Amino acid sequence: MPLPTPRTLFDKLWDSHAIVTRDDGQTLLWVDRHFVHEGSFHAFNKLKERGARVSRPDLTFGIADHYVPTRRGGAIADPSIRSMVDQLRDNTADNEVLLFGLDDPRQGIVHVVGPEQGLTLPGLLMVCGDSHTSTHGAFGAWGFGIGASEVAHVLLTQTLWQRKPLRMRIRIDGRLVPGVGAKDIALSVIARIGADGAQGHAVEYAGSAVTGLSMEGRLTLCNLSIEAGARCGMVAPDETTFRYLDGRPFAPQGDAFARAVEDWRRLPTDEDAVFDREVSLSAHDIAPIVTWGVSPEDALPIGGQVPDPAHVEDPAKAAQIRDALAYMDLKPGQDLSAIRVDRVFIGSCTNSRIEDLRAAAAVLAGRQAKVPGLVSPGSSLVKRQAEEEGLDRVFREAGLEWVESGCSMCVGMNGDLVKPGERCASTTNRNFKGRQGPGSRTHLMSPAMAAAAAVTGHLTDVRDLLKGRI
Amino acid sequence: MEPFRTLSAPACGLPVANIDTDQLIPARFMKRSRSEGYGSYLLHDMRFGSDGAVRPDFPLNHPGAAGARILVARRNFGAGSSREAAVYALVDFGIRCVIAPSFGDIFASNAVNNGLLPARVEETDAEALLERLAAEPGEAVVDLDNQRIVAGNLSVAFKVDPVCRLKLLNGWDDIDLTLAQADAIAAFTERDREARPWATPRR
Ligand code: SF4
Repeated sequence: MPLPTPRTLFDKLWDSHAIVTRDDGQTLLWVDRHFVHEGSFHAFNKLKERGARVSRPDLTFGIADHYVPTRRGGAIADPSIRSMVDQLRDNTADNEVLLFGLDDPRQGIVHVVGPEQGLTLPGLLMVCGDSHTSTHGAFGAWGFGIGASEVAHVLLTQTLWQRKPLRMRIRIDGRLVPGVGAKDIALSVIARIGADGAQGHAVEYAGSAVTGLSMEGRLTLCNLSIEAGARCGMVAPDETTFRYLDGRPFAPQGDAFARAVEDWRRLPTDEDAVFDREVSLSAHDIAPIVTWGVSPEDALPIGGQVPDPAHVEDPAKAAQIRDALAYMDLKPGQDLSAIRVDRVFIGSCTNSRIEDLRAAAAVLAGRQAKVPGLVSPGSSLVKRQAEEEGLDRVFREAGLEWVESGCSMCVGMNGDLVKPGERCASTTNRNFKGRQGPGSRTHLMSPAMAAAAAVTGHLTDVRDLLKGRI
Repeated sequence: MEPFRTLSAPACGLPVANIDTDQLIPARFMKRSRSEGYGSYLLHDMRFGSDGAVRPDFPLNHPGAAGARILVARRNFGAGSSREAAVYALVDFGIRCVIAPSFGDIFASNAVNNGLLPARVEETDAEALLERLAAEPGEAVVDLDNQRIVAGNLSVAFKVDPVCRLKLLNGWDDIDLTLAQADAIAAFTERDREARPWATPRR
């Protein structure tokens, strides 16, 4: 008998979810978890048009995050925003779908709540009408974002048609230097391969710098996979994963958990499995990174300078840089560390977990912010934990605003906006034009770097502020 | 969905890379229901100034681009969020085909689910098309059967995922195809309960 072909983690997930494959290569896949949020109203409307109901409410979970106010108390003032939150409440109630709503102590950003509640598990296929669903890959799950038509399809059938993507492995070996974290790894990867560098690929992150990350760090890394264009990003489950999951509310317990762990141990990529593409980076070479332009690929180490389009040969690329610099109001050759900021935002599904808040607080403790800023924890439970640890005091005493959990200034749908022309040091995931509000200028960076920018009022190498602290 | 075979229509060049979904439709316009139409928000902050005035220098605002149903752009078109509203904005505006060297994956699936063709061309062909449209805006012909784009004396091949091509050519709707698989789905769930008992969330 021939030996079984060695498989990657992704192959194993694919195989365990394939229901049927058509001649044209499309495979119908089973979906284990489906998260819906306020923006899913288009899909619920499609369902209503068909007179249909959610087929598996037990595998569907509602979360209010995209439009929720971060200053709560009383009714939501803006009627159009209130209606978004109300529609989610009604649509989930009508279909008997569990909702982590505005008043639920477990409410938070979908990609923070899923892991926190143990809804995210190794070996699952998870979807949500949000591109950062790649986040859940941190557990060795296959998570990806889908559009409204696909959301409707999953609501109706609990399945999805897909073509098998190519497989890419990104290895990061070695030790990260202090002050450098998962966000810096992710931005370095995107800068290296481009914002479309992983298009059509399922990415697996490997190497000692990756396995050395906590679950929080892995979540940040996988979260940003979509900013390299990847279909999904994942890390093989290991002891760190199992330890995190043990005892989480929706995760299996006792014997069921032991059985699950036994299965999950078989998920990691087989030794001789082949990837369609391999990329590797040395962890030691990674410095704190900031973005200067309007795509996450416009990222450079903080010690660098704003690029000069005059030195770029490709005319299309030069035009792209010129356009980005005009929008961002930056000069070619300017030191990145000389860029002044008007505000900071610490939050979003990329960087708002407890470790992120600790990293920012470690920089801010005993210091004053020179610019205003908003800190929005990733979930109401993260908020409570941070308050138990006294982190809220550190932020408040530094002069930053400590608010409730939601997507907030990542996308500005709830009204938390960066004003036109303002420059924001932000722990989010997209520096697109107008992402944080019309005319907003976003510099992406880690929570520690955003805290450093708050303290000095300009982009700053956080390592200078950490001397004697770590 | 209306099948897509050959489209002969005015084309507009947008020589910009990384046109992300936040630009295709800024988040603040996404609260409306689809029936109200999304076309007027397409690329809103590029088409209009902060005072709401039309930006005459923006290609889609040129008189030659009136009635455009084909858009040509640079690489990584539709990167970013999964918002299908980005596709609604294009479709409601009248666009049925976007030509670019590469597309965001989620955007491309959303496009096909709404009868919009994401046609992938070589970078040099995209530049040639852009150059031609800049010099002389006009009609282009997109032939999905033969995967070819013709604009004046320029003729270039394009790529599209074969499944997407079939879906567009036939105007197929996924949900109907899936409902026909009910037996296979039932058999799968039965097997899966044994194979992965832990996959069901604890309640
Ligand atoms: S925080 Fe931002 S990226 Fe994350 S789910 Fe919310 S809107 Fe999407």
